[in-house]
Amino acid sequence: MTSVDRWQLPDGIEEVLPAQAATVEALRRRLLDLFRSWGYELVIPPLVEFTDSLLTGLGQDLDLLTFKLTDQLSGRSMGVRADITPQVARIDAHSLAPDGVSRLCYAGSTLHTRPKSLMASRSPIQLGAELYGDDSVAADVEIIRLMLATLDAAELPARYTLDLGHVGIYEAVLDAAELDDEQEARIFDCLQRKSVPDLMQALDDVPEDIATLIIGLVDLHGDDNVLLAARELFADRAPRALAAVDALQDVATDLRHQRPDLPIYFDLAELRGYHYHTGIVFAAYVPGHGQALANGGRYNGVGEVYGRSRPATGFATDLKALMNLLPASASGQGAISMPDSDDLELLAKAEALRASGEIVINSLGAGRDPRCDRELVEIEGEWQTRPL
Amino acid sequence: MSESITIALTKGRILKETLPLLARAGIEPLDDISKSRKLVFETTADGVRLVVIRGTDVPTYVRHGAADVGVVGKDVLLEHGAEGLYEPLDLGIARCRLMTAGPVGWQQDGARIRVATKFVNIARDYFARKGVHADVIKLYGAMELAPMMDLADLILDIVDTGNTLRANGMEPLEEVASVSSRLIVNKAAMRSRCAGIQSLVDSLAAAVEAA
Repeated sequence: MTSVDRWQLPDGIEEVLPAQAATVEALRRRLLDLFRSWGYELVIPPLVEFTDSLLTGLGQDLDLLTFKLTDQLSGRSMGVRADITPQVARIDAHSLAPDGVSRLCYAGSTLHTRPKSLMASRSPIQLGAELYGDDSVAADVEIIRLMLATLDAAELPARYTLDLGHVGIYEAVLDAAELDDEQEARIFDCLQRKSVPDLMQALDDVPEDIATLIIGLVDLHGDDNVLLAARELFADRAPRALAAVDALQDVATDLRHQRPDLPIYFDLAELRGYHYHTGIVFAAYVPGHGQALANGGRYNGVGEVYGRSRPATGFATDLKALMNLLPASASGQGAISMPDSDDLELLAKAEALRASGEIVINSLGAGRDPRCDRELVEIEGEWQTRPL
Repeated sequence: MSESITIALTKGRILKETLPLLARAGIEPLDDISKSRKLVFETTADGVRLVVIRGTDVPTYVRHGAADVGVVGKDVLLEHGAEGLYEPLDLGIARCRLMTAGPVGWQQDGARIRVATKFVNIARDYFARKGVHADVIKLYGAMELAPMMDLADLILDIVDTGNTLRANGMEPLEEVASVSSRLIVNKAAMRSRCAGIQSLVDSLAAAVEAA
């Protein structure tokens, strides 16, 4: 290594400099306060855990995303968390083990072996909230409202769209279709890309009415008309999907009651986290960004591997992704310069100013800090601030 | 401004075959693309503009949202991945085949083969699925030369007529994928401008039907 590349950080690993760090930290505090005011209690899960508990129940995606190391004390394999959600699920199911509803929230750095998407950070700061112990639509609506409140509190300059889907729809369609594993995997891939041409090819050897059903599913994205079209498509062929359509309708109606102009985009073929989610899934998108800014959904039964099966729903966002959307912090709170002195009255005055929220900077040998727009001076035996 | 749609087109043969489809969908560039040195073209359709770039750059532009919609060969999508994109429509243009080819009468001897190609990911995936251990050599052009110079045993390349292969003592072996140009759409654009994009997809689909 030469001195030329010694400053380099690994790909996708970034440092956050003062202006943006102030934005991120202010946001983190504001959002955790918001969660608190909704009754969500903060937990601080550990940075590393045994992979046995960290990766359980969440499938291969998370396994590939997790950095692993060996615990020198126990010889067991540990992982640096790539997602905090399973940790919080474990806390609910095992450490707290309440009988009723529990509401938990968290914020912390995670580490990914590879970026989740192009240009994504490999060390996002994940912030989220989870609601356990209630399987009702009301709980889904509460967590979506909290996600929207979170985005509102972040004061994003762009207008977001709420994406709604339900994994029960694809499940019902698959049940009706009775495909083998290989066909299922191909169709899953085509649906994720909404690729009608590839889907046609994949459905070549599938009975025609099933093929029509699956191809119909691809077009089920857009505004409220989608739900009408879905009812028509599923009525005879996959009646079990209708319950999921009803649930989506209920959630949308409840959300619109409070926010009549909320743009909702239904996507009944959305399969993000399909192997993990069990009901309503949702996400928020802003124009120009292909990746969701915040997302979540229902994942019932996840606590089972930790001893207790619990209904669960929740959402998470990445503070660094939010930060990138916000205009650079223009706060620039002016500071007060104080002379470097042992005068007790001066020190007392500085403490009083600091306690009131002012920034008071000791003026060392090199002179005043450039952020200062006022200074402390002694006028008639009393320390006072005066503009520079 | 937020209602405008930017379409990224692949230059070259695909562009030539895309323009008539766009024209049938009511989108025509105001300048003659083949004569202008511009990179961005306004069109007869309100708020629709075109950018003309290399095929491998099209998915990048669309994925990042620099363009909302793109036209690109399926070969590029297979090679560079279509993650984060929707590909709702096969435009049925610029059809060709992705094939393996080798010197006439070539037979594998030994456990590994050397394959020269521009499509390293496709090649790795294809030979892995066949259970053949292949060492993939990335080249940027004139694939046919590699077996002649004993740089590789086989090549994996786009085959149109097969004339270049035959002129160099080679023959096509197996089809890896059939290729045509696809319409790709940015995921966020599909959401925030659902109506505009969907009507573009529908009118292009109608243009493809009529072609």
